[in-house]
Amino acid sequence: MASWHHRLGAMLAVAAATLAGTADGGATPVRVGSKSFTESYLIAEIVARIAEQVGEAPVERRFGLGGTGMVYGAVASGEIDLYPEYTGTISRAILHDSSVTTVPALRARIRPRGLIISDPLGFANTYALAVRRDTAARLGLRRISDLDRHPGLTAAFDPGFVDRDDGWPGLQHHYGLRLAAVRGMEHALTYPALISGRVDVIDVFSTDGQLARTDLVVMLSDDQRFFPDYAAVLLARESLAARLPRTWAALQQRLGGRIDNATMARLNAEVELDRRTFAQAAAAFLGERGAADAGPARRRLGRDLATLTVEHLVLVAASLAVAIAVGLPLGLLAARHRFLGQLELMGIGVLQTVPALALLAFMIPLFGIGRVPALVALCLYALLPIVRNTYAGVSSLDRQLLDMAAVMGLNGRQRLAWIELPLAAVTIMAGIKTAAVLTVGTATLAAFIGGGGYGTLIVTGLALNDVPTILAGAIPAALMALAIHVAFEALDRLVVPRPLRGSPGRAR
Amino acid sequence: MIALRDVTKTFGARVAVDHVSLALEPGTTRILLGSSGSGKSTILRLVLGLLAPDTGEVLVDDVVVSRGTRRDALRRMGYVVQEGALYPHMTAAENATLAARAEGWARARMAARLAGLAELVGLERSLLDHYPAELSGGQRQRTGLIRALMLDPPVLLLDEPLGALDPISRAELQTELLRVFHELRKSVLLVTHDVREAFVFGTTITLLNEGRVVQEGTFADLARRPADPYVAQFLRAQAPPAAMTAAL
Repeated sequence: MASWHHRLGAMLAVAAATLAGTADGGATPVRVGSKSFTESYLIAEIVARIAEQVGEAPVERRFGLGGTGMVYGAVASGEIDLYPEYTGTISRAILHDSSVTTVPALRARIRPRGLIISDPLGFANTYALAVRRDTAARLGLRRISDLDRHPGLTAAFDPGFVDRDDGWPGLQHHYGLRLAAVRGMEHALTYPALISGRVDVIDVFSTDGQLARTDLVVMLSDDQRFFPDYAAVLLARESLAARLPRTWAALQQRLGGRIDNATMARLNAEVELDRRTFAQAAAAFLGERGAADAGPARRRLGRDLATLTVEHLVLVAASLAVAIAVGLPLGLLAARHRFLGQLELMGIGVLQTVPALALLAFMIPLFGIGRVPALVALCLYALLPIVRNTYAGVSSLDRQLLDMAAVMGLNGRQRLAWIELPLAAVTIMAGIKTAAVLTVGTATLAAFIGGGGYGTLIVTGLALNDVPTILAGAIPAALMALAIHVAFEALDRLVVPRPLRGSPGRAR
Repeated sequence: MIALRDVTKTFGARVAVDHVSLALEPGTTRILLGSSGSGKSTILRLVLGLLAPDTGEVLVDDVVVSRGTRRDALRRMGYVVQEGALYPHMTAAENATLAARAEGWARARMAARLAGLAELVGLERSLLDHYPAELSGGQRQRTGLIRALMLDPPVLLLDEPLGALDPISRAELQTELLRVFHELRKSVLLVTHDVREAFVFGTTITLLNEGRVVQEGTFADLARRPADPYVAQFLRAQAPPAAMTAAL
């Protein structure tokens, strides 16, 4: 009974918060962001916990914001205050100048953007080559340059590593290496391939959780310093340090140089291999008492699901409502003005070809992160089927029927409401149904910019390579699409005149 | 009442109406006769203001039909087309009263008018609640006629009103139309390709070919004094064989 009340209350609170936006009252919170992979979530969770312990301001977690473009956009536009980043990424992907490598140099370059960089946290998530321990012992391999004495070895690399200049092609050239065979393989599969002896060399990230768990694999040192340094730091807004000096000082003090590669690999392993939550792993690292049992139960799906369902429905309903309100008039406009209409349809068509993630990324400078940009992007995606079907439905009406309306002296509004919209209703509704079902699917991507919904589980699941979590988001989304389909079929009976039902395009 | 003065209308390179002048006097019936493509339907659409002439002018009650005057002109005309052009999503009653609804008539007034017209054109009252798809061709055409008569316009424009009907409904409705035209003293402009229909309905016939007026006059004028070989050819093509007339 109590738990039921509690759950209902929580749901209502979420619904209210969802509708009201992010109003929190009180002090401006510390907004902590992360990318959508395990290590980034973990460091962000640790940062959030330290900030909570300092208690200078409430903490807002905006985790899983996709890749560098998204999360950097968020910090640059002031949507978040800080997130974990890597020095190599800052120089290459953000400053676009790979010659800047040291932390002081990076600080000097990024300062004009109103951003600061913390002291390095201690670990570096760089590319490395790894071999089996027994292979290393047998062939005397300790450094990458040792490989040139053994051209008969085979390798399996992540497809990205095979192609990138700072991956295998550059490495091969830099060290003058030759291997017997190199093939691309999904990163998660390279460890089993190495351990089972199917290949001799693989590429790894220096903080991979698997490295902490197996004694069978050793990394080769980058003796000729080819791989760029990807030392972990916190990238923050300058205003954060000024606004919350105690929080920033605590982060610097408690994290600066405190997490080495082995520790980070162990934390990654706890989440990815032991299935602990980010919160549990982070609490354990910080030495919080009773972290394992008092912390939240493992990914509390039951509670999450109610919350996420509300969030997802709000995303779908709000974006669809706006898309209909905008799309219907646009479709009618296209049907009235042939030239303008073609331009308009082309424009909306081009919009549809923009990949959803790219569109979301474009939204950040305009609308920040969270629900608003997600809603705008979803609206834009829902527009095409609605506009196109409205246009098709209205512009294909029998000319004689329209002439008759003119002869009978109907004004523009009467013609639209009595003749055109009812006759085109089947086609227009088909467009709206298509848009609704598409939106349920596309809305899962909203999680990449902190928009919430079922995508939150999918993004987390992808980051952890955890299929059950992915399915926990994907299956409800599919069920919602089905439910919406059924609901709209029922709506058809209200909207479409009886004689026109089940016969789209019949005009006589 | 209605007059065309030297009207020409082209669609691209095709001349649909070629320097046509004609007049419709109050209370009379004029038949526009011709094969398809002769320009007769285009003339109706010009009169209704659905098309604008390239040159020349169309007058309704001595006022030139233009954008500004079209609405007033339309109130004076009812329009009936082949197969009715009824709205499939509206019942016969809703179709018939559409113009009255647009005018903002009261419900009771519409109902009374509808009942009277249904009686006049011979449409069973119970059929008024049916959708067009549930009506026969003749019933649909009667509904179309009620719709055209709803606001009691002095002029009726009919474009092949009997074209899509089977022979028996056609003969029935033909009789009723004649009675309605006569009883209500309407001015009628009726388009047909059927010589027999022109003979039955028309006092004055305008024979059109390729957008031009070939001859104007009574049936007897056309039959006895054809202005052009085409006139004789057109009439003869649709004449029943002598043996058939004799056998009947």
